[in-house]
Amino acid sequence: MQTLWLTAKLDIVESLRARWFLIYSLVFGGIVALLFAFGLTESRVLGFIGLSRLLVTYIQLAMAILPIFVLITTVRSVAGDREAGVFEYLLSLPVGLAAWFWGKFLGRYVTIFLPVFVAMLGAVLWALLKGIEVPWGMFVYYTALLAAMGWCFLGIGMFISTLARSTDVAQGTAFMVWLFMLVFLDLILLGVLIQGQVSPETVIGIALANPLQVFRTAALALFDPQLIVLGPSAYVILDTFGVTGYKVYALAYPVLLGSGAAFAGFLTFRKTDLP
Amino acid sequence: MIRFDNVTKTFKKAPVLAGVSLDIQLGERIALIGSNGAGKTTLIRCLLGEYTYGGEVAIDGKAPRAHRADVLGKVGFVPQLPPPLKMPVGQLVGFAAAVCKSDPQRIHAIAQRLGLDVESIAARPFNRLSGGMKQKLLIAIALGRDAQVLVMDEPAANLDPEARHIFFQLLAERQENCTMIISSHRLDEVAALVNRVIEMDMGKVVLDDRVADDSGMDALLDCHVDLRRADPAIAKALEGWGFVPRNEGLSWHGQVAGPDRLRFLGMVSRYVGLLTRIDMKEVTGVTLQ
Repeated sequence: MQTLWLTAKLDIVESLRARWFLIYSLVFGGIVALLFAFGLTESRVLGFIGLSRLLVTYIQLAMAILPIFVLITTVRSVAGDREAGVFEYLLSLPVGLAAWFWGKFLGRYVTIFLPVFVAMLGAVLWALLKGIEVPWGMFVYYTALLAAMGWCFLGIGMFISTLARSTDVAQGTAFMVWLFMLVFLDLILLGVLIQGQVSPETVIGIALANPLQVFRTAALALFDPQLIVLGPSAYVILDTFGVTGYKVYALAYPVLLGSGAAFAGFLTFRKTDLP
Repeated sequence: MIRFDNVTKTFKKAPVLAGVSLDIQLGERIALIGSNGAGKTTLIRCLLGEYTYGGEVAIDGKAPRAHRADVLGKVGFVPQLPPPLKMPVGQLVGFAAAVCKSDPQRIHAIAQRLGLDVESIAARPFNRLSGGMKQKLLIAIALGRDAQVLVMDEPAANLDPEARHIFFQLLAERQENCTMIISSHRLDEVAALVNRVIEMDMGKVVLDDRVADDSGMDALLDCHVDLRRADPAIAKALEGWGFVPRNEGLSWHGQVAGPDRLRFLGMVSRYVGLLTRIDMKEVTGVTLQ
């Protein structure tokens, strides 16, 4: 267990010095700063005002960029480290493979979640300072949603990293995975439904299996509890889960998917050549 | 102590190791030589449990892949190319000491002997160190613990003559209770360090021979070179070895670490037309100046 924490700490220290982490932190910190700068907390759209308006916008933007950021940076650094000989050296030390893999996973999770969370926390602190009302329930759920999303895509990223033998292949695969999920987002699925080529159950099943869509629906559900914007699909989702049930599903499913992908990655890592 | 039994390894259907069998005993110092693609690195990676393979590899009867913590706790490894780690030196030393159950001060002490003050560079990222500093630190990490097997890939390539001599002394201190595998492209780089030579080619052992090792690894040679005429090219080469000119560059004097004698002679042989005399005398109890 001690080796696991040591590996996690090592990965955090490595990541904090990496260029990708700087860019990643600047992007998420920059989004919040820009949203404040553009006076989003003062604007009123669909009844949303104050910090809730900012958080809704922030999570929509985070949802668009976090998955691809996590996927690309994870596969780049993990596969890149292997190519550059970092694995050859560090894995010549007496570190168990489980401690190494999961230590790296945890370390990386801290570094990908922290900037996203700190940016949101910064927004909340700023709001408190300026006397803007903070929607705590929304803040807590969005935090959990971002944590689940980070976990999910980190797990997928680790899985891809263990399968791909080069950085280029890993990056290409990560991009394709993201693109594949993007293709099956609601707007495209609605198009498929309209054409009537596939049964509605299949389309809704795909939407519920696609983590990107799950997050999108969950984020929508916070300001549109009846999911009116989703049209008839909302009936199936809400009849099956209920509002609370869907909120729980939107957290549990990505965590399970990410954990499953990471575990499959670990099994592959354990069985194949390490460097 | 180390056993390779019919070890095979294939990359994309191309055999890289074709049934390597070796028995290596405690105290043996092995030069693992061969050209690029001969299978040296692959064999080392199998020994370190980093590759999957056919056949059997065991250190003290245990497979390195299945018993990583146990087996690799006994193995010190110095890679040929330092890894591009961004972490601070202090962090790397702390991590290595913690996982190897060693004391960071032991690593500091070895590095100090090699002329590297770890305290003063503890906060610097490892990848920002010079090639020589990286090599010294990796050697210190490998030697700063109770390793029974030392696996080194061109370990002294980036070291200056003084650090090379201290490195050879450090190896000499361990030769009785340690097995060493030193990989190199060229035998002359490592010949004087070893008592057994294993040459690989196309994934097979093509030569397995004993070497006379009458000269100690910590031996030092007092050298004198006389030249027909002063020449800037040999002057530069000899200065690189820490030699001092006398008689307007016609005579040169200096010291060479015992295991470096072949390398030194190799260097001098390039200017053989200029040589009128070369004198090498083994001295004891003297440190390299």
